[in-house]
Amino acid sequence: MTALLSIRDLSVRYRRDGVEVQALKGIGLGVLAGERLAIIGESGSGKSTLALAVAGLLARGARIDGTIDWQASQFQTPRSVTPPSVLPDISPARGEIGSSVGGPPSATWEIGESGDDGLISPLAGEMSGRTEGGAKDRQRLPPTNNTPVSGRDIGFVFQDPSSSLDPVMPVGKQIAEVARTHLDLNWQAANAKSKTLLDRVRLPEATLHAYPHQLSGGQKQRVAIAAAIAAGPRLLIADEATSALDTIVQAEIVSLIRRLVAEDGMTLLFISHDIALAATLADRIAVLRHGELIELGETRQIVEAPRHAYTRALLDAHLGLDAKPLLDRQGASA
Amino acid sequence: MSVLAVSNLAKRYRRGGEPFAAVDDVSFEIEQAETLALAGPSGSGKSTIARLVLRLIGPDAGRIDFEGHDFLALSGAALRARRARLQMVFQDPLAAFNPRATVARVLDDPLRMHNIASRTERPRHIAALLQRVGLDAGLAARAIHEISGGQRQRVAIARAIATRPSLIVLDEAVSALDVSVRGQILELLLDLQRQERIAYLFISHDLGVIRAIAHRVVILDAGRVAESGDARTVIANPQSAIGKALVAATPRLIRNRP
Repeated sequence: MTALLSIRDLSVRYRRDGVEVQALKGIGLGVLAGERLAIIGESGSGKSTLALAVAGLLARGARIDGTIDWQASQFQTPRSVTPPSVLPDISPARGEIGSSVGGPPSATWEIGESGDDGLISPLAGEMSGRTEGGAKDRQRLPPTNNTPVSGRDIGFVFQDPSSSLDPVMPVGKQIAEVARTHLDLNWQAANAKSKTLLDRVRLPEATLHAYPHQLSGGQKQRVAIAAAIAAGPRLLIADEATSALDTIVQAEIVSLIRRLVAEDGMTLLFISHDIALAATLADRIAVLRHGELIELGETRQIVEAPRHAYTRALLDAHLGLDAKPLLDRQGASA
Repeated sequence: MSVLAVSNLAKRYRRGGEPFAAVDDVSFEIEQAETLALAGPSGSGKSTIARLVLRLIGPDAGRIDFEGHDFLALSGAALRARRARLQMVFQDPLAAFNPRATVARVLDDPLRMHNIASRTERPRHIAALLQRVGLDAGLAARAIHEISGGQRQRVAIARAIATRPSLIVLDEAVSALDVSVRGQILELLLDLQRQERIAYLFISHDLGVIRAIAHRVVILDAGRVAESGDARTVIANPQSAIGKALVAATPRLIRNRP
């Protein structure tokens, strides 16, 4: 397989509460075209920072070293530089309770050296009514060679669909807006596309006219996925996209992502804290810890023959349905 | 005698103008030093049951007996006294505590409110509680927002055991923790249970965690009990449709164990 992108010596630093945090340290990683690559790690590991860096969504003020090279031939001829087809994530918080370092960018980031050339137009690509602050606080992709990444090439699904969706706009229109922006469609064509996309994520047509608050968490995540793939991205990034959902809905969303990725030949970056869940979906797994890439390998090798002690510790900490209950280990009983 | 006996509990809400049963005729008991898990998908009624047991909300029907007393009939000083025996730990301790309060302040409150220790004795009590949950006594002076998520959850457990409860309601108490921290917190809970004979009502959507720590499980679906029994037996061979779906949806990690 050819590389879709190759990340070389990527480091990201930002300031939080006046303290410089090194979120990523010298990450080197190739993402193959068409593969499903899981990035796993605990809180503060830098996994979300890596996802945001690849999508060009790091907040301005983040200091980025290293390169992310895109394989030009993987993309359609760029017409103009537009931001990724994402639904912006407003909430800085993740489901994880973690130590105070790491994690996704927060509003406290400084304006750094990137300057205005890194400015995404707040009106381009993002959804109307959603752009105050969010878009202009983000910076463009880190230094890239080869080709600028056309916005339609990356779809991004965040953990919390409630913060990704406009609460006062019917979800059908939100999906149509992405298609209209990135595919140069008129509203009629974009609405038709929206209808098709809802069908692809297995939501009934009536959902077109629903508002986010009328939908369940799983349904909202399906809408967010429909919007993320609306422009036909080559790369889909799912950042803890199922972590806020219950086990049954999580399994449904993972199946949905697996099917859509296969149908469209997309490359998948699946960011998760859950190594068992990642292993059900990924061809390869990258393990991050404290901003460093600890281990990268085929899923089977990572799960059955991890090379690094930390990977083994993560596997051992998994409480599966075949693990020996703690109750027995302690010899306690009622 | 069971620590907690819940009988025919019901709670109805209105959703979109339609009446809807969040909890519908639910009964279960928990013995001393026993962990009973409530499992089920989102909206199955798990957290509503926790809130009913804690009397944060009132039921539409049913009875709750706690330590042999009709818990719903208690009020005033009798209720306050009984409440000291029933504690809780939630998913996010940062949301449960004033983030700017110090650890000492968080632990001082229950000791003061329930007259467990005099003002001069309290610092020693606080130090002992911190040590009991595996934290350094020096942490007392730190602010809640300064300590890690795992430490915070240990402080929440320290606060819960400060009043020497017979029952602690744990609502997704380990769900947001990193896996490495989660194991340690589960070990701590088991250790406390063995030593202090505390019963746990353990609410979780994660059957793997339930299987690791719970003696018995009640699987809920749409507010009703779908099945219940020995945790490992039920999870190994679920009989209800929802039990089967939950087991099937749990990610498997297939490893070649040496």
